[in-house]
Amino acid sequence: MNNLLDIRDLHIALPASAQRPFAVEAADLHLAPNEILCVVGESGSGKSLTARAVMGLLPKPHVRVSQGTVEFQGEDLVTVSEARLRDIRGSDISMIFQEPMTALNPVMTIGKQIDEVFRFHARMPGQERRDRALALLADVHLPNPDQIMRAYPHELSGGQRQRAMIAMALALDPKILIADEPTTALDVTTQAQILKLIKEMQAAHDTGVLFITHDFGVVADIADRVAVMQHGRVVETGSANQVLNAPAHPYTKSLMAAVPSLTPRSARPRSDDIVLEVKGLEKTYRSGGSFLGLGGGARLVKAAQDVTFDLRRGETLGIVGESGSGKSTVARCVIRLHDANAGEILLNGVDLRPLDRAAMRPHRAKMQMVFQDPYASLNPRTKVGRIIAQGPIIQGASQAEAETKARELLKIVGLDEGAFDRFPHEFSGGQRQRIGVARALALEPEVLVADEPVSALDVSIQDQILKLLDEIRVRMNLSMVFITHDLRVAAQVCDRLAVMRNGEIVEQGATASVFENPTHEYTKALLDAVPGKEWTPGADMQVV
Amino acid sequence: MRNFWALFRRNRSAVLGLCILAIVFVVAATAQLFFPEDPFSLAGKSMSPPGAEGFLLGSDSLGRDVAAGIAHGAKTSLLIGLLATLVAVVIGVLMGAIAGYYGGLIDDLLMRITEMFQTIPSFIFAILLVAIMKPSIESIVVAIAVVSWPAVARLVRGEFLSLKNREFVQACHTVGMSDARIILGEILPNCLSPVIVIGSLMVATAILIESGLAFLGLGDPNIMSWGFQIGAGRTLLRSAWWVCTFPGIAILLTVLAINLVGEGLNDALNPRLRERT
Amino acid sequence: MDHFTKRLRYVLKRLLQAVPIILAIVIVNFFLLQLAEGDAVDVLAGEAGSATPEYMAELRAKFGLDQPLIVQLGLYLKNVALFDLGYSFRHEMPVLDLVLDRFFATMLLMVSTIVLAVGFGILLGLLAATGLNTWRDTAISIFALITYATPLFWVGLMLIVVFSLNLGWFPTSGMENIAMFYEGWDRVWDIAHHLVLPTITLSLFYLALYTRLMRASMLEQAGQDYVTTARAKGLTERRIMFVHVLRNALLPVVTMAGVQVGALIGGSVIVESVFAWPGLGMLAFEALFARDLNLLLGIFLLSALLVVAVNLVVDIIYSTLDPRIEVE
Repeated sequence: MNNLLDIRDLHIALPASAQRPFAVEAADLHLAPNEILCVVGESGSGKSLTARAVMGLLPKPHVRVSQGTVEFQGEDLVTVSEARLRDIRGSDISMIFQEPMTALNPVMTIGKQIDEVFRFHARMPGQERRDRALALLADVHLPNPDQIMRAYPHELSGGQRQRAMIAMALALDPKILIADEPTTALDVTTQAQILKLIKEMQAAHDTGVLFITHDFGVVADIADRVAVMQHGRVVETGSANQVLNAPAHPYTKSLMAAVPSLTPRSARPRSDDIVLEVKGLEKTYRSGGSFLGLGGGARLVKAAQDVTFDLRRGETLGIVGESGSGKSTVARCVIRLHDANAGEILLNGVDLRPLDRAAMRPHRAKMQMVFQDPYASLNPRTKVGRIIAQGPIIQGASQAEAETKARELLKIVGLDEGAFDRFPHEFSGGQRQRIGVARALALEPEVLVADEPVSALDVSIQDQILKLLDEIRVRMNLSMVFITHDLRVAAQVCDRLAVMRNGEIVEQGATASVFENPTHEYTKALLDAVPGKEWTPGADMQVV
Repeated sequence: MRNFWALFRRNRSAVLGLCILAIVFVVAATAQLFFPEDPFSLAGKSMSPPGAEGFLLGSDSLGRDVAAGIAHGAKTSLLIGLLATLVAVVIGVLMGAIAGYYGGLIDDLLMRITEMFQTIPSFIFAILLVAIMKPSIESIVVAIAVVSWPAVARLVRGEFLSLKNREFVQACHTVGMSDARIILGEILPNCLSPVIVIGSLMVATAILIESGLAFLGLGDPNIMSWGFQIGAGRTLLRSAWWVCTFPGIAILLTVLAINLVGEGLNDALNPRLRERT
Repeated sequence: MDHFTKRLRYVLKRLLQAVPIILAIVIVNFFLLQLAEGDAVDVLAGEAGSATPEYMAELRAKFGLDQPLIVQLGLYLKNVALFDLGYSFRHEMPVLDLVLDRFFATMLLMVSTIVLAVGFGILLGLLAATGLNTWRDTAISIFALITYATPLFWVGLMLIVVFSLNLGWFPTSGMENIAMFYEGWDRVWDIAHHLVLPTITLSLFYLALYTRLMRASMLEQAGQDYVTTARAKGLTERRIMFVHVLRNALLPVVTMAGVQVGALIGGSVIVESVFAWPGLGMLAFEALFARDLNLLLGIFLLSALLVVAVNLVVDIIYSTLDPRIEVE
């Protein structure tokens, strides 16, 4: 077959100060017309830089192609002149990015940003350029193309912005579209729509798509062929079916094994002992307006409305929903980081909501939190030992007691004792999350509230942290409230699920029954949008 | 700390600034030793050019030694610059931390006050304050601090606004830590770097304001200062250029050195910015 | 809502926000007056030479100075609202008349300085950023570094030494050559000639400030994602710099231009006194020496109002550059 793109023996050199000499080493990839090649890998695998190298968009001069060729229809893009490269960019090869908000110029209208592509690559009169831009916006299913043309990026939603980016990228019918994690910043339902759009456009224009992603679900949905990258090397390539269902390389196999299955885990018997009961919780935010601001009326945002659930001993309740659904607000109200406006938060029968700070203090120990961001959740100026020990000390333990306990906990979460005297920046993301878990356990809580504890982590690390949480849950007989946007994770972790949208719980029940017989439309839509839902990771692996 | 010095040393102009600043400090510290006479006193023939009559940098119309004035003026500049900055940083950190941490009405009120202070033409305000309080070291320090703190307050408020929602601060709430401990022990240490940087640059601005006040005749009448020397020498521009020129160079070098050191601190303490340039 | 109405709303909002600030400044002004030793009657009595305590008490009653502080504040606010800024006993004129008389000269100096400093600052910053780490960048950066550290009054004096006393190119002081009785364009030319040195003096520091800011802002924007997008579209570096980066980089510079107006007016006190430029700054300098506090406070109030007004203009300019304003 005649390839559109041939990447041979690609080496991308990093500056001398970096941890390794090459970001990408000896990569071989090719892309045919009318095919979608997914390059998949964890962070630091070099997948994004490979994509940028094709476009000649490496952050020069520190990062550069030091060896190998990138042939586009017989022309080596590594050695081609800057002027020729400019001709190719945007017309023959175009690109879309992860974060459509920052990838668009904030002070230029969408229409003008699309128009630039025409102006620089094709000679045509203004009216024609305008008509074509309007047609493009209609093609990517944006409502009111006329209005969108005049809009600035901040006036569109995330999904609309990505559609506009796609319209801009496809303006001149490129032969290759490079998509660098284009759906990672989007909600799952929006992601499904954008994936569908990319596939639709690709089929209509016979485009070759180089799709960079970390998500095997997305791969299963969209890929014709797959290349797996690890530490800058392509470890496996093959058809989507072969790589997903019969991986050959041990790394690919381990990745597949780490992807949580959508089939809910087997149910456990439910205890009768109610640990936490939330009744009619309400939280409203006031946005804009202030007493001396004189700046128009304040808007009320209902972040949580009539939220009611209970949590039994030893049980894990998942709260799932998209961004803005109020799931994090509920978690923060329950643990009293935010003050709810109404409702009851009964922990072992005591209503926490009306308690002031002093009255709340003794109850703090019983309920602890694990946070999302392993980088923001640890004070960069405090040693790990102190981070873990300071909770017990505040709650009245002696210094020595607290420190002994901290060392013990480090072992429990799988870190060595040397971690005690080190600073957080010396640890990897997964290790930091372990420290965060140790901190939460230091007070021997009964309830652990975990707010997206694995969503910032790579899939293999995610798997380890989920296992750790499960282990300590059993070991300490913890009850857990688990906030997540990822239904795969929810299926594996939670006994029960509460689905939230716009501040309300629209459906709740045992995980298996929610997955198998969703009653609410929104739950159905969410389940329907999960990437790779037809594919069960590792299903056929035993066969091979 | 060793790491910090290694980073700081990479910026060569900052090291140069540090050297100049060290010289200014030495001059200030040894002024009494080398020029034991009162710098206001008549030291010899008036209007002597540099090098003549034993005057290294010449003398003015009243026969005062310009070099002695510069040496004693160094003390004044550094003292007022450092004191005023210290006061301004304390006020600014306090206001900014409270506004940023508590938010809401308190924030609104404090920020409106800050905004007002930023709107007022600061130098005229300083002139007014010194004129009303009568010129003295204390009134000058107070006046400079009063017009300088808003910048610190805004900076600290911004840092607090972003840091107070960080998860590590929320984790402190979940174990029941007190506000005072969170503000002082958890958040403040994380915004010290930008405060140190802005503080170092404020010393330079304070020295410039002080010299401006002294130039206009609002300096402490009992203390020699560079601005006063230039103000007193301006009528002699035609006949004795040196009276104005040398103190001006002293101000220029000192302020330049402090700015260079401030930028070096910024580079060394703000790794994110370092990679950009 | 279209962009224009949004912008209008934004400007109106800023206008409303200025009201409490103006009020607060007037109140600060009042308390500064209270802080000062002696009141207007003491000054008046001092002027007159001798006054009986009875007469002074009578005068105090007449001016309302025997009233409680809060009533006096009300009276003061009312007077200010009616543009009555008090009376200068030295000049034997209402403060307002004195201040308005000098207003034009200061505005002239301010406007020419802002144009020079902002215009050249943006240009130099742009030149430095586009030639990053070349000799051009180094030269501009060193120039900015040095002028940023130089006291205004000293620059003024040195410029006088070089360009007036030695070269004789420009006059040393004043705004025009009154003895020549110039009229029409001759007079304009004469004033422009006098304006050169004060403008350069006042603008150098701010020129350095805007140059540094513009350079840093350009470099920051050049690292943003949308620049990568623009490159991926195949645009030329020229177009990316001058169309995409430039407009975004200007935003903080415009904001800073507004913030610095207050400092600029402060600087004009020094520059005007160095060049005997007959503006508000010179008047303030004279008032300082004559201990004419009423006048000094009047100047202070007017200059604060001027800052508020200029800030409003800056807000309007900003709103045309940044479509996101209504987000805040």
